[in-house]
Amino acid sequence: MNDGVNGVALGVFVFFFLAVTVMGFLAARWRKAENEHSLDEWGLGGRSFGTWVTWFLLGGDLYTAYTFVAVPAAIYAAGAAGFFAVPYTILVYPLIFTFLPRLWSVSHKHGYVTTSDFVRGRFGSKGLSLAVAVTGILATMPYIALQLVGIQAVLDVMGVGGGEDTNWFVKDLPLLIAFGVLAAYTYSSGLRAPALIAFVKDTLIYIVIVVAIIYIPIKLGGFDDIFHAANEKFSATNEATGKPVGALVPGDAGTWTYATLALGSALALFMYPHSITATLSSRSRDVIRRNTTILPLYSLMLGLLALLGFMAIAAGVKVQNGQLAIPQLFEDMFPDWFTGVAFAAIGIGALVPAAIMSIAAANLFTRNIYKDFIKPDATPEQETKVSKLVSLLVKVGALVFVLGMDKTVAINFQLLGGIWILQTMPALVGGLFTRWFHRWALLAGWAVGMAYGTIAAYGVASPTQKHFGGSSDEIPGIGEIGYIGLTAFVLNVVVTVVLTVVLKALKAPEGVDETSPGDYTADAGDKGVSVELPKVGAGH
Amino acid sequence: MPDAREVPVGPEVRQPVVTPVRVVVALCLVAPFVAMLWVSSYAKADPAFIGIPFFYWYQMLWVLISTALTMIAYTLFQREQRARKAARAEGGARS
Repeated sequence: MNDGVNGVALGVFVFFFLAVTVMGFLAARWRKAENEHSLDEWGLGGRSFGTWVTWFLLGGDLYTAYTFVAVPAAIYAAGAAGFFAVPYTILVYPLIFTFLPRLWSVSHKHGYVTTSDFVRGRFGSKGLSLAVAVTGILATMPYIALQLVGIQAVLDVMGVGGGEDTNWFVKDLPLLIAFGVLAAYTYSSGLRAPALIAFVKDTLIYIVIVVAIIYIPIKLGGFDDIFHAANEKFSATNEATGKPVGALVPGDAGTWTYATLALGSALALFMYPHSITATLSSRSRDVIRRNTTILPLYSLMLGLLALLGFMAIAAGVKVQNGQLAIPQLFEDMFPDWFTGVAFAAIGIGALVPAAIMSIAAANLFTRNIYKDFIKPDATPEQETKVSKLVSLLVKVGALVFVLGMDKTVAINFQLLGGIWILQTMPALVGGLFTRWFHRWALLAGWAVGMAYGTIAAYGVASPTQKHFGGSSDEIPGIGEIGYIGLTAFVLNVVVTVVLTVVLKALKAPEGVDETSPGDYTADAGDKGVSVELPKVGAGH
Repeated sequence: MPDAREVPVGPEVRQPVVTPVRVVVALCLVAPFVAMLWVSSYAKADPAFIGIPFFYWYQMLWVLISTALTMIAYTLFQREQRARKAARAEGGARS
């Protein structure tokens, strides 16, 4: 693999990287508003994005470099089980069609920047809002780290990652440079930078996928041969478990796992702070609904991309680290210059979500920890300043994570993050539709879900790992193997409902709800929902 | 002027929450869940399409089906919202 540097590919990669760097810095001037020093400007792009910008931004945000590397890698390793990403992304859109417009409306009306802002406003509970904020930050950090893992995979295959014997500094220098640049333009341009760069990223990705899905099967002799080769590989017996290493089609035992993973992941996706940040930056309620009808184009692309995992098998790609399967396939199959384009697509595909995620985490910290607990009278300028600094800190943290620890640690935490973030759903989505839940019950439900999910995930062993070996475990009471996150979520909801009944009977004090029913359906142009950002006063 | 504007706020024109159109919208949104979570209905290799096992092309086909369904839901919902707004405007709410 590290048989020298691929010069042409590296040249093309560097060219695209420089181009998006320039764009990132220029983005600060794009659609510049007067009120430049507010969090709405830096952290939400002035809440001004239309259908297409939002489409690119959300696509760039949700379908990350890690997705592009990990989904085909899972297929490459185990076959059918990795394909759950497709039903997962199918289910996301009908789901968000129902609740995101409500969140957009109430956030616009009250100037909410984060989901925790909404939870605090709805339930009048700083504690619950803090729980949601901390969960969001914890879940986002390893996600950012994984974007770095994506860049690293590409750099490794290009031969600039260095071998085992190179000095760590030389080895990690390309990654450090990439991240330094990312941090600098996120700091100066805020959400506008990833929004603009997302255009380049998605265009490159679409080109690469279309070419790959046509060109590679032709070279490999068609899908018949590809799946034949895959079938042969998966029928082999795994020496550690005594079972086949994978399957082309999930067996009876695998269907529960497949379905619960798809559903649980779909529910969790829009609980992630970065998804919400991209959503709230859109101009109107309608932009979101319209986007649910055009975003599935990315799901189709993801499905095609997943098939690349099979192609890697048929092409005889042999890698120790499954993450390298797809970059290696590209290098083996494509002419050098196009390999460079493909690697640029993955590399830039890591920068966009990493930028949005760090902004989202920073917004959470600023609004729901700094302002709520440390400095309640912070001005919008101060908020923006803190947010910018925290976005830097978050990225440095992710970098330390990736460089200082084993890669599996980041992956384990990402897995936990998915389980954790799902536990904020009752407060957020429940709160969007009803005020029936009691704030303390929601907090207790969240705690139970978090604790169960963490302990259960810790207990999962795999042939290579003693803990965090996977995200599925036996569902208590049903006996089938299912996604831990979803089991924890069900527990969470049960605890919340039972405690709400109890607390209501005891007449425990309810928090003050600052929203009113009409807020949830308000649209841009309605009374009190100006197209311009609302004034975010100290009263919030 | 401000007083006249205050009138529409609140449940002045009570419109039903469940309407036939909304039921259709809900069905369009629920269908992908039924299809995708019923894994055993598509966990098989045949019939293959240009060499791709059924399991894979069927799910990719559902990307297109669910997109079409969401579009239908969106169009129906938009139309109903517009009709409601118009009805509210006629009630003297807003010009």
